[in-house]
Amino acid sequence: MAAVQQGGFVAGIDVGGTFTDLVLLEPHSRALRLAKVPTTPENQSFGVMAALAAGQADLTALDLIVHGTTTTTNAVLERKLARTGLITTQGFRDVLELGRRTRPAPYGMTGTFRPIIPRDLRLEVPERMDATGTVLTPLDEDALRAALTTLLAAKCESLVIHFLHSYANPAHELRAAEIAREVWPNANVTAGHELLAESREFERGVTAAVNASVQPLLTRYVDRLRGELERGGYTNDLLIVNGNGGMVSSRFVAREAAKTVMSGPASGVMAAAYTGRRAGEPNLITYDMGGTSTDVSLIRDATPAVSSEIEVEYAMPIHLPMVDVRTVGAGGGSIARITDAGLLEVGPESAGAMPGPICYGRGGEEPTISDANLLLGRLNPDTLFSVDNSISMEHVAAIFEAKIGIPLGLDAHEAAAAVIRVANARMAGATRMVSVSLGIDPRDFALFAFGGAGPLHAVAIARELGIPRVLIPGRPGITNALGCVVADLRHDFVRTLNQPVASVDMSVVHTILTDQQREGRALIDKESVETARIDTIRSADMQFVGQTHLLRVPLPDGDFDHDTLQAAFERVYFDRFRVRLPEIRANLVNLNTSVIGVRPEIDLAILIDSDARAATLDEARTGTRRVHFDTGWHETPIYRRDHLPAAAAFTGPAVVEQMDTTIIIEPGDHVSQDRDGNLIVEVAS
Amino acid sequence: MPRSAHDISEASSLMIDPITLSVIGAGLQQVCDEMDLTFSRAAFSPVIAEANDRSDGIYAADDGSLIAQGAGGLPVFVGTMQFSTRTLIERIASGETAAPEPEDIYIVNDPYMGGTHLMDVRFAKPVYRNGEIFCWLSNTGHWPDIGGSVPGGFSASATAVEQEGLRLPPVKLFKRGQMDREIYAIICSNIRVAEQRIGDVEAQASALRVGEERLGQLLDRYGDDTVRAAIAELRKRAAQQMRARIAEIPDGTYRSQAIVDSDGVVNEPLVINLAVTKKSTVTPGTPQELSGVSTGSVSCSEAQTQDRGCELTFDFAGSSPPCQGPMNSVLATTLSSVYLAMRHIFPDVPMSAGAFEPLNVITPEGTFLDAHYPRPVSGCAAEVSQRIAEAVFAALVQPLPDKVTAAPAGTSGNLGLGGYDPARGRSYVMYQLSGGGYGGNADHDGLSNGCSTIGISKAPPVEIMEQQFPVLYRRYALREGSGGAGQHRGGFGLHYELELRRGEARASFVMDHGRTGPQGALGGEDGAPNEVTVWRDGTPYTPEHLSKEQDIPLKAGDRVEVKTPGGGGYGDPERRDPAAVKEDTRLGYYR
Repeated sequence: MAAVQQGGFVAGIDVGGTFTDLVLLEPHSRALRLAKVPTTPENQSFGVMAALAAGQADLTALDLIVHGTTTTTNAVLERKLARTGLITTQGFRDVLELGRRTRPAPYGMTGTFRPIIPRDLRLEVPERMDATGTVLTPLDEDALRAALTTLLAAKCESLVIHFLHSYANPAHELRAAEIAREVWPNANVTAGHELLAESREFERGVTAAVNASVQPLLTRYVDRLRGELERGGYTNDLLIVNGNGGMVSSRFVAREAAKTVMSGPASGVMAAAYTGRRAGEPNLITYDMGGTSTDVSLIRDATPAVSSEIEVEYAMPIHLPMVDVRTVGAGGGSIARITDAGLLEVGPESAGAMPGPICYGRGGEEPTISDANLLLGRLNPDTLFSVDNSISMEHVAAIFEAKIGIPLGLDAHEAAAAVIRVANARMAGATRMVSVSLGIDPRDFALFAFGGAGPLHAVAIARELGIPRVLIPGRPGITNALGCVVADLRHDFVRTLNQPVASVDMSVVHTILTDQQREGRALIDKESVETARIDTIRSADMQFVGQTHLLRVPLPDGDFDHDTLQAAFERVYFDRFRVRLPEIRANLVNLNTSVIGVRPEIDLAILIDSDARAATLDEARTGTRRVHFDTGWHETPIYRRDHLPAAAAFTGPAVVEQMDTTIIIEPGDHVSQDRDGNLIVEVAS
Repeated sequence: MPRSAHDISEASSLMIDPITLSVIGAGLQQVCDEMDLTFSRAAFSPVIAEANDRSDGIYAADDGSLIAQGAGGLPVFVGTMQFSTRTLIERIASGETAAPEPEDIYIVNDPYMGGTHLMDVRFAKPVYRNGEIFCWLSNTGHWPDIGGSVPGGFSASATAVEQEGLRLPPVKLFKRGQMDREIYAIICSNIRVAEQRIGDVEAQASALRVGEERLGQLLDRYGDDTVRAAIAELRKRAAQQMRARIAEIPDGTYRSQAIVDSDGVVNEPLVINLAVTKKSTVTPGTPQELSGVSTGSVSCSEAQTQDRGCELTFDFAGSSPPCQGPMNSVLATTLSSVYLAMRHIFPDVPMSAGAFEPLNVITPEGTFLDAHYPRPVSGCAAEVSQRIAEAVFAALVQPLPDKVTAAPAGTSGNLGLGGYDPARGRSYVMYQLSGGGYGGNADHDGLSNGCSTIGISKAPPVEIMEQQFPVLYRRYALREGSGGAGQHRGGFGLHYELELRRGEARASFVMDHGRTGPQGALGGEDGAPNEVTVWRDGTPYTPEHLSKEQDIPLKAGDRVEVKTPGGGGYGDPERRDPAAVKEDTRLGYYR
């Protein structure tokens, strides 16, 4: 185990849709460098190397590189997958194609669906378990070998073995994988139960199939990147951020490649949790607004909500524990239009990156949220209309007047204000639905705003939802990259029991929990990364007998008995539904353990260079401009974020500008800063 | 051409700017969505919690007309609760039902009072503002049992509603917030698995309470008068929007036919004849022949006097008379079936009474689509509704070939298995609801194994079914060759085979499309019809009614094999891309 030196350089690199961001920091000397370079979609490693170069990183001096990649995300969404074969139980090869009998939307009898493995590469072999794990039909090994030959002849690079009820008894899957590994030319063999030992054949099968289909791509990507880093002189481990918000060595990441599919959004949420905990705001709703969409998640007690039922897109479930990030619609590029009922709607269509909003000057002709922000003075026109941009403010105004203003009887600026108001109302509503579906009242939380456009809208949305405070971190536009730097090592384990609490053998419960913990510690020990301590989080997924939805119940440390378990569940149930049902028994469905290697603390105050801070608020002010708020136009002071004195506090209206975002403070809202340099906005009611 | 703000202000007694209107519209929708969510998350019955067989909405205080409805509600409930709410309001006015007080919640499931089948139980709660009823909140949940001759209520051979279960007129289940334990006891004594109902009843009531709280916040913020004006305006605009969509249809009459296999008792097909007529204009103020016309707006007095613009008239004349078996539809369900079909065609028109105003459904008196007491109705929500929707699709695909698909499988594919499991020493009732292929459409082939036209639920996993019941699935596969040929072929149905492992059981089916497959459109061929085969001692048995039969005895080792319908093909098969034909063969979809 390579020891990591104290005080070394750590690089966090996040690949987003448009930009690859770098955070390079040396916690003890408080050195920080940031870089933003274009993402290189065909091979993300070019962008990663470019970001390191732009950040003047000395690879020989780097102690750790942590990387959030969308390689597997894009592969799944674009179906650019490795050629993968499936061997499954006789009679069930179409499970991956039939899905759960759904359609994409409640209304509209249309839609398309491409199974993740095409039908000709899905083969059946005789074998069968029943639901208790009893063998009904032994595995036909000759048929299995024949199927392997067929799939190899069909040039499959990856293999999935997926048998019915393998969660109850994995013997057939294990034997089949053993035989397959004898003949398969590489390590890309996934047995369904290894990744997810839970019932539900479609979800387990898709999860395994996604894993197998992206495994070779991820292996190639991390191998190539590690090679380039090594050629540059880097000698330490490359870590990859997983969808669970933890990180894992690039040497092991491909084994559970499906876990990286939600890597990007997860790292941002981890950064939010970290920042919030240090700021004394452990309960947060995160609001990450980018160009095409907005992601919302929930953090309770500095712990992000995790879901094992993420659907990456229609009928594409990945049932592995991942940070529960919900996409709620509008982004800066969302298009405003008038419906044929004469109502203003914003989104869901987006101008995307190309052509983008009108103000980008790339040929966009549809009014977007970004354009509305610009017309209202909320975005700085000087920054947007750079020299090579042929678009003028008048051009943007003319489009708003024609497409939104005239149909509603408004002028261009009123139209822009209407777009902002409707967009904020819709985003607030969607944010509220996420919080309600997760069982919380948003008023008990603070809003954590990040992403390029999050801080433009966060205060208005907080007001709409009755959220009292908004927290804006030092570097909202590079939160995901920061998440790479602060991420912990993390391994999650799930085991299905599905028994009434009263009849559960508690010694089995404790054995499972202990085994999960031991396995997690062993994995962390293998990763050569400095940890401050190892935390273990244990929980149970429970329900009343007869229910189908699960509630996650935190478990106490050490031993506990039936009554403790039942009482813990009833307390969580009452908190969620305000109902007590003493007459109904509870079920223990899953036991979960997360083992977390906590990294040494990083002082986030270094995100803003203290030398750049001005002595007085006046010195941080770059000027004023007319900005439109709900109450009308205000001559509004403009501040530079990194010039704000550390103790500065002020009351809106104000605009705070920084390299990676613009922050809108509405009239009457009060701003202060904490010791990490976060802006804390007290939202006036 | 959208109207200007000036036109809008003329229409409302109170000035309301278009932006506030958008925001209030979204707010009302949000209230309903939150009710839907609360109901599902807290419910016990999988049919509500997982299958989302429920719906929540806001209804007008004066006539029960629909103000807003949750987007995630089961499609068959589009618009239905406005009929039950109207009946409730009328009965309160006439004194037949006790007058409301704050925090009261009424319960009702009478199909003939604006309902569907008995299993769909509605709750309704008045929302008070300053001592007056501002509006009603109502929701429907499909209870897993409501008594009657068959567990679950889907008797294929009932001949009177009394055999189908307990029928409740509107009565107060909650009085000033307190549950009436006596009424609840009567209900529990008449239904199966009553011990778990309390959880569902609390969930259903709590959804309404959550809705009232959220609606109260909206009213506090914008003011009762502003919200009232916004509701009126939104209704007008939904009507306008639906008319704008209808305007795409050339004037004329479009005819179609759809066939229900049988009523489950008499083995003869039931025919739905539909003529949809599009008329562009009606002179404003001209008295219309309105007797027997039910418009989507519960009160059509307003609609009669204003310019109606484009409208569609749905005439089911010539459809079969009321039947002996449970395949009758009550008027509320017939209307909802038309509305849900239109919503599938134009999903972006908001759900409010306004959207239904331009849809005139002539009351199909004397047919099985307007059943009265005591006709049995258990099949109306799950099956007849889908045939009505199919008739609407088949008529409107002619003038709207880009918007409408060929016929989808259109059956809920209900297999019920009731038996005794000797290994566990208990009785069980198992349901398997199945999907089928969707129709091809202008852009794509149909989706395979899609949910029923009127449903949105997920199928239960085979592994879960085998955990819970003494059955073994020998096959759960795509039904090859079932998609109707066409330029864009139909999607494929499901082919499953399940074996009883232990004890004895009785199998019952309520399915459809056994006689004829889902219709192709514009030259496409029909999808494959539904097939049921029961293998007893290795000998195949086909139910006499093909898709409906009750209590077929099974013993261990016997099997039930079901092949669900494929979707209809769209367009001339000769025009199919040869590469697509080759691909279909390569993947083994056709052999």
